[in-house]
Amino acid sequence: MLAHRVIPCLDVKDGRVVKGVRFQGLTDAGDPTAAATRYEAEGADELVLLDVSATPEGRGHALDTVRAVRAVLSIPLTVGGGLRTVEHAGALLDAGADKVSVNTAAVRDPSFIDRVATRFGSQCAVVAIDAARRLDGPGWEVVVHSGHERTGADAIAWARECAARGSGELLLTSWDKDGTKSGYDLELLRAVSSAVNVPVIASGGAAHPEHLIEAIEAGASAVLAASIFHYSEYTVGAVKAALAARGIEVRR
Amino acid sequence: MSDVVIVRTGVANLASVLAGLRRLGVTPDVTTDAAAVREARAVVLPGVGAFGAGMAALHEHGVAAALIERAAAGRPLLAVCLGLQLLAASSDEAPGVAGLAVHDGHVARFPDTVKVPQLGWNEVTPDAGCRLLEPGYAYFANSYRLTDAPLGWAAARSDHGGPFVAALERGPILACQFHPELSGPWGLALLDRWLAAAREA
Repeated sequence: MLAHRVIPCLDVKDGRVVKGVRFQGLTDAGDPTAAATRYEAEGADELVLLDVSATPEGRGHALDTVRAVRAVLSIPLTVGGGLRTVEHAGALLDAGADKVSVNTAAVRDPSFIDRVATRFGSQCAVVAIDAARRLDGPGWEVVVHSGHERTGADAIAWARECAARGSGELLLTSWDKDGTKSGYDLELLRAVSSAVNVPVIASGGAAHPEHLIEAIEAGASAVLAASIFHYSEYTVGAVKAALAARGIEVRR
Repeated sequence: MSDVVIVRTGVANLASVLAGLRRLGVTPDVTTDAAAVREARAVVLPGVGAFGAGMAALHEHGVAAALIERAAAGRPLLAVCLGLQLLAASSDEAPGVAGLAVHDGHVARFPDTVKVPQLGWNEVTPDAGCRLLEPGYAYFANSYRLTDAPLGWAAARSDHGGPFVAALERGPILACQFHPELSGPWGLALLDRWLAAAREA
């Protein structure tokens, strides 16, 4: 049976990990390869590297970061952040990413998903969907630009369209929950994972292993978390042990 | 002539398999040259996006015939992900396109009762006849799979909407539906055993 995945996320800016990874014993917590090595050793099932650089120069560093991380990593690596073109996706894959995650560019031009999936295969085409509860009624709408812009588009319909266009995986972030440490938006997760047949990665709001368990029970194939691993005392191994203790299949 | 060559099939992502082999002390050449594929001590056939495009790329450079020869002679070959599927006779992904037909298997899509693509770690259980494959968790990224092991091959199986072939082996020929290069220490150890078998062959 396919195991549920626990996926730490590293935010990288200008080639350095930001959001401070607090590993004990790391002499340089900002070094992406040191953080990646540590997460793999702890039992991470995959790694997501999100480039939050604000400038093209900073983005240039991302390719070097991907190359350096690939050289030490023997688990899958997904890279996202500011992806605009098929050529950029190809450069990231050549540098050592196994999957690329697209977001705003796909919302602006949905055919971008078809182009990435056709060129590199559905298994490498992740769409990151940022969703927020509507202010004026039930349901969720797609947001872009780090939640600053509400598009009005229905998040569930968008998830279906992404899968139909060839995306092999959805990275679903709740902007109502992100950073709140109050757990994932379980209703959103249930709605999206029952609407599509591709795997859904839950993101946004986790602070405790119980939150990850809830997300998996709500239909998530994988759980992504950043601050739970960066700031708290939970290691990836401790979280997976908590999942296994509740009867959830994880890779041991 | 290089010791180990990787077949460049066009759109395949080679960085991870290259990195995995480098960690084991091997620096493979990447080639589309049929002679190099014929002569190398060991050959890696990586996964590419789709069955039809993969076969077209192999025929374009004459590599298909070299791979069929290697397999028939029992010479070291590692086929990864779509590589395993290309060894089959045919696939639902590209009806009418002939595979390398190293065995007579047919590749079919996973049923809709499970998430497709299969993305993630699944438990691999080898038959008693396996020499290279060991039990463990492997990383898969596929929408199609072989359901039945062909005659003459030892197989490892996993389950996703029913049993499927996770890997096949016959002497120094190893075909993995999963990605050994992305399967952590377990996967690297398998690559290392295959390299050792290739050196002895």
